[in-house]
Amino acid sequence: MGLALIAVALLIGLGALGTAIGFAILGGKLLEGSARQPELAPMLQVKMFIVAGLLDAVPMVGVGIAMYILFVTVPGLA
Amino acid sequence: MAADGNASTTTEYIQHHLTNWTFGKLPAGTYCDGKSVQETTSWVVAKCPQQMEAMGFSAIHIDSMLWSIGLGIVFLAIFYRCAKKAHTGVPTGMLNLIEIIVEFVDNTVKDSFQYRSRFVAPLALTIFVWVFMMNLMDLMPVDVIPHLATLVAGDPGFYFKIVPTTDPNVTLGMGFTVFFLMIAFSVRQKGLIGFIKELTLHPFRPPTKGVAIILAPVIIAINLILEVVTLLARPVSLGLRLFGNMYAGEMIFILIATMFGAGLLLGLFAGVLQIGWALFHIIIITLQAFVFMVLTIVYMAMAFHNDEEDQFTN
Repeated sequence: MGLALIAVALLIGLGALGTAIGFAILGGKLLEGSARQPELAPMLQVKMFIVAGLLDAVPMVGVGIAMYILFVTVPGLA
Repeated sequence: MAADGNASTTTEYIQHHLTNWTFGKLPAGTYCDGKSVQETTSWVVAKCPQQMEAMGFSAIHIDSMLWSIGLGIVFLAIFYRCAKKAHTGVPTGMLNLIEIIVEFVDNTVKDSFQYRSRFVAPLALTIFVWVFMMNLMDLMPVDVIPHLATLVAGDPGFYFKIVPTTDPNVTLGMGFTVFFLMIAFSVRQKGLIGFIKELTLHPFRPPTKGVAIILAPVIIAINLILEVVTLLARPVSLGLRLFGNMYAGEMIFILIATMFGAGLLLGLFAGVLQIGWALFHIIIITLQAFVFMVLTIVYMAMAFHNDEEDQFTN
């Protein structure tokens, strides 16, 4: 059971790390692009949400699996 | 659900709310928690996780099917009635809302899909509204409908989940449907030979003259591996992205709901937390439906896109 908990921690933690850096770069580029051409800001914002959805995908899969391990498998092991 | 007649523990509560109403063929001799045994092989509703595991492929999640098909019928009914009442004047009320949604989907399709097809825009509309409606069930408080279901069924251990998109079967089913549509449209647009050429000749161009032709099968094999992995990643990522987001969201709702059993003060605090998380979850719901739709449109556009028609490739 201890190893399962470490697995959950790694899944959520490393996923969060990647997502945080990715979103930071994405948001920074959006701000830069909006500052250079303010008339494009709405279109850039829509495209940012699309890329944000893609960026979220793999960490979210990790979180989903981690939640499953934490609340369904671990009580079975204990 | 109850351990020995007492109220269920936190773990049991959480696990109960994460289990689907499963119906399937249970082979004889299956134990449930080491207590009851299935006498003969028959089609029954599963009472515990061991039974669900024993059912294998024959298991079907009735609650997911009911809610997804039911919400689909509601979606079709609403849009059909509004389509009947559509007129050329200024729209009001429900008609206005439906027109806003249709116009939004139309603009999104026009942005990403530059080819002619009568199929893609209705597909995008269906995906967006249907996924949004299924996700919207997540905003209903955790215990309301499942508790009503246990009262109707008369069984306190009755499993009933109301959000179909927290079931990976539903989301992966939609993802693989988009995948098969992609392949069907690719083959129709480019022909079977063109489709196979696209898989084997991109991204590395195999040499066709000279001594290097001996390397051509190696390069084709490398191309095939890369392209097949990319191709398979699409439906899997579509399905799992939606599932992961919705499952994690519902999990947090359930975790906050476990605080309701801990006294009045913590119960009120949990109520405030539920409202806060629900407000944040509204944006996740809409965003995930939107991303599913946009990716479907983009994959359809890639299925229609013919590389040889690009002007500037050699």
